[in-house]
Amino acid sequence: MGVAYTSPMSLLDMIGPVMIGPSSSHTAGACRLGLVAHHLLGEAPRRASIGLHASFAKTGRGHGTHLALVAGLLGYAPDDPRLPRAFEEAEAAGLTVEFRDVDLGDVHPNTAHLEVQGDTGRVTVQGSSTGGGVILVTHVQGLGVNFSGAAPTLLLRYTDAVGMIARIAATVAADGVNIATLTCTRAARGGQALVAIELDAPLSSEALAFLGRWPDADWVRLLPKLMDG
Amino acid sequence: MTTLHDLMNAPAPASAWVLAQDCAETGLDPADIRAEMRRRIGEMRASVERGLASDARSITGMVGWNAKGLWDAPDVLNAPLLRRVQAYAMAVNEENARMGRIVAAPTAGSAGTIPGALLGVADHLGLPDERLIDPMILAAGVGKAISRRMFISGAAGGCQAEIGSSAAMAAAAVVELLGGTPRAAVHAASLALMNTIGLVCDPVGGYVEVPCVSRNAFFAVHAVSAAQLALAQLESFIPPDEVVGAMASVGRLMPAELRETAEGGLAQTPTGLAVTARMEGRGEEGGMIELPMV
Repeated sequence: MGVAYTSPMSLLDMIGPVMIGPSSSHTAGACRLGLVAHHLLGEAPRRASIGLHASFAKTGRGHGTHLALVAGLLGYAPDDPRLPRAFEEAEAAGLTVEFRDVDLGDVHPNTAHLEVQGDTGRVTVQGSSTGGGVILVTHVQGLGVNFSGAAPTLLLRYTDAVGMIARIAATVAADGVNIATLTCTRAARGGQALVAIELDAPLSSEALAFLGRWPDADWVRLLPKLMDG
Repeated sequence: MTTLHDLMNAPAPASAWVLAQDCAETGLDPADIRAEMRRRIGEMRASVERGLASDARSITGMVGWNAKGLWDAPDVLNAPLLRRVQAYAMAVNEENARMGRIVAAPTAGSAGTIPGALLGVADHLGLPDERLIDPMILAAGVGKAISRRMFISGAAGGCQAEIGSSAAMAAAAVVELLGGTPRAAVHAASLALMNTIGLVCDPVGGYVEVPCVSRNAFFAVHAVSAAQLALAQLESFIPPDEVVGAMASVGRLMPAELRETAEGGLAQTPTGLAVTARMEGRGEEGGMIELPMV
């Protein structure tokens, strides 16, 4: 017997989300994937290239998937009434988006790959919309992760070295915040590594600034909780 | 995690027990959940009102005027509850199809069933929206118990997984609203589910429009029927969790063509294929298509 969800669902996941139609997976979930990229970029997006896989590519247009992804990039939540006008809003905000159909291999049929550039930075995000507006982010900056946006999530990219995870965990603990889940991957031994930590509460700005000052950490972001449940 | 069996044997009212269990699992504050549920009932109410007033067409042009059409038509059957439940359900799904704002319950495609049944019955009886908070919490609890054993999506389990879940959730909610026991509420959910098993997801062109809009009208009524039987002490012969298991197994037996891929059933009719071809021929959002006359 398959178990539908690995982490506890809230009652508000069942009666919700409040969203712009027509599809919880192809619209609300797509918007949340765009929203992840928006927050991880951390500045106004200027150019985006979005790859749509399988069902997103095939039936996305009639479901507003393209609009929802762009709305997310602009920072709109799935219930934002501006979502159907996201293309016009993007133009007004100076954001150019191109879409392509891509084959991302053996991944969920509702998967998108986003490359987003701002004036100073760049972020890549790949994630899947798994139903009911729930998402699973599987790659950030080309490295494997596993988080849903249901909790505040700390992302930190660093140079692989002994004791880094312990230092990061100690900083989070000193801030009085509990770690819910943690995934860590690296490109190679001693190469770039990325840790994604789902937290029970947001990290303080002081702790975040402290992590940002580490010379061996070149990219730090705190993704706010995206679900209101 | 809670099963339907646990829910059925919970102390009354079942919603209070569901809320306590959920908050213990997630660490959320019960007062916050109740306040947010109240807000979402308001959102449902607003989507019903917008949907009843609008006849604007959806993205494809296949739906958009059904709820208003029914609501404005004479009540020839002299069945005001029936008409109200059907119209409310379609109002929400037509709002959904025209990219309006709705509450997924549990999905967007099945979003009309719970407002149709629960708001429809409440309005018929003149009950205020405050009375709907607890029934809505129970509806969510029933959805959670179902999702414990199966994915609630047409892609995973066919339409039975979506509309069956929404009808089961709505049925339990109506029972609690009308003062039924936790046992009656869960049996209502089980009756609704067992009479939905096998329903495929074959939407025309893959859009959440046909048959989804009318289906929500039918299954909102289905939920009220289940509540009526359960309130009269009729029960599901197969225990509720076993019914969920049966539905999950039927979902696994269902070919991919009938699970939200638009590769079978209504989607593959000549008319369905014509709609798909016309929609794929268009590059951009907006505009309408000429529907083939049948």
